[in-house]
Amino acid sequence: MQPFRLRKITIKTIARGLVTITVFIVLWELIIWGTSIPHYLLPGPMEVLRAWGKWSEVILQHASVTLLEIVLGLIIGTMVGIVSATIIAQVRAARRWLLPVLVVSQAIPVFAIAPLLVMWLGYGIASKIAMAALIIYFPVTASFLDGLRRTDPGWLDLVQIMTSKTSGNSWAALRLVRVPAAMPSLASGIRVAAAVAPIGAVVGEWVGSGAGLGYLMLHSNARTQIDVMFAALVTLAVIAVALYFTVDWLMRHLVAWQSDTFS
Amino acid sequence: MLLQSTTKVSESVESSESLTGRHAIVLKNLGFRRNGLLLFDGLSEQFSAGETTCILGVSGVGKSSLLRVIAGLLPDPEFGSACDEDGRSLRGRIAYMAQDDLLLPWANVFRNVTLGCRLRGDDIDDDNARELIQLVGLAEHVEALPHTLSGGMRQRVALARTLMEKRPIALLDEPFSALDALTRYQLQSLVAELFRGRTVVIVTHDPVEALRLGHSIRVMYGRPALLSEPMRLGGQPPRDPTAPKVASLQRELLNRLGISPAEV
Repeated sequence: MQPFRLRKITIKTIARGLVTITVFIVLWELIIWGTSIPHYLLPGPMEVLRAWGKWSEVILQHASVTLLEIVLGLIIGTMVGIVSATIIAQVRAARRWLLPVLVVSQAIPVFAIAPLLVMWLGYGIASKIAMAALIIYFPVTASFLDGLRRTDPGWLDLVQIMTSKTSGNSWAALRLVRVPAAMPSLASGIRVAAAVAPIGAVVGEWVGSGAGLGYLMLHSNARTQIDVMFAALVTLAVIAVALYFTVDWLMRHLVAWQSDTFS
Repeated sequence: MLLQSTTKVSESVESSESLTGRHAIVLKNLGFRRNGLLLFDGLSEQFSAGETTCILGVSGVGKSSLLRVIAGLLPDPEFGSACDEDGRSLRGRIAYMAQDDLLLPWANVFRNVTLGCRLRGDDIDDDNARELIQLVGLAEHVEALPHTLSGGMRQRVALARTLMEKRPIALLDEPFSALDALTRYQLQSLVAELFRGRTVVIVTHDPVEALRLGHSIRVMYGRPALLSEPMRLGGQPPRDPTAPKVASLQRELLNRLGISPAEV
């Protein structure tokens, strides 16, 4: 997976984003106004806003459930991914036996096992956390593993001479050199994870749940409350974007030593 | 600053006799092949204990590979071995410094200098580390991260890290070739002072550097490569490259490298 990364956030980037969103909303309003799309198919922005105001308490309550699922899934998936990558990088047997399984496991669409997770873990948040964790596990593991395997060979030479060992692969070398060196790769993986974790949580909610924004969307869809559905969708988008930028900010601080001049 | 450091270091070198004992480097029938190409073969040479030997040669002749084989970084030299004059392995007695400073970008100067101790789980001699950082002229940058330092300063940190290893043998692989002329000159002086009494092998393609730093110079040439007979230079490094005697030596060296006076 190609790690992607937005440029440093400045007032300018935020301003540009706001302009784009405003233009988009105006266009949306114009389409509603100029065409005869029925309101039960596409509500106007003002209607969505009104629905949000009317249902804000319900929406926020469901949003908090979804946010909890996303954040816990992100934390658990990241931790499991870090441990897996470390073991695969460090233990030869694990590399030979687990790596192929890990790669092949990616061929199974995570969505396909969502019903199974709901069956096993119930309608509560556990199955959604598992879903979010599962969907981010691979990008985190793959990126961290990639970072661990691409330690500058010069550093490994140095470690080898300093420790008088035949290879630079000791646990001390892992802790002091290879893990820190892999942090930028891990940070890319976690950024990707922050972007896809909401998908996992919401898909989990669609399959079976009693709370969360995904549930609220299905519920309002069934009752043709399209405006509430849109309000929930916008809320989800705001959560996803806020989460991404928070994680991005954290990651930037994590690898602060990787200045722009460092290559 | 340099004069100050000179006196200080000679004291600390003399106090640690283990760094200046019988630590010659003896190559026995050493051979190495890279990508199917025999770089050198049947090298049986000796680099004297307590002296600086400069290996001079054109790029790609196998100088770095030779150094890496001695350092034990290329575990499978096709045949032969490197050991000391008593036939003991050199493992654990070598410090290595490359053209690339190899500083860890996330670690400050102090933590880079003490990397070896931390990797081995040794106690960190805080005072000694700070003293070495001061000796290389970076006392005010103990907490600095590498990317805030200039290339010359970074190489000074690498130098302090190499000294912190307290190994009797130092292998330096073109340590200053990426630096500007003035910085290179300063660092050469520092190396000559700080490694005095140890067995040092410096690989370089710069004849002036070899003349400044070496007690003897070996030219590496041919394929598979051979080492010329040592060209012994009198006096103590660092030498003044503008001294008439050094200039005449340089002419002789260029002759040995196969460059005729007409080309100079």
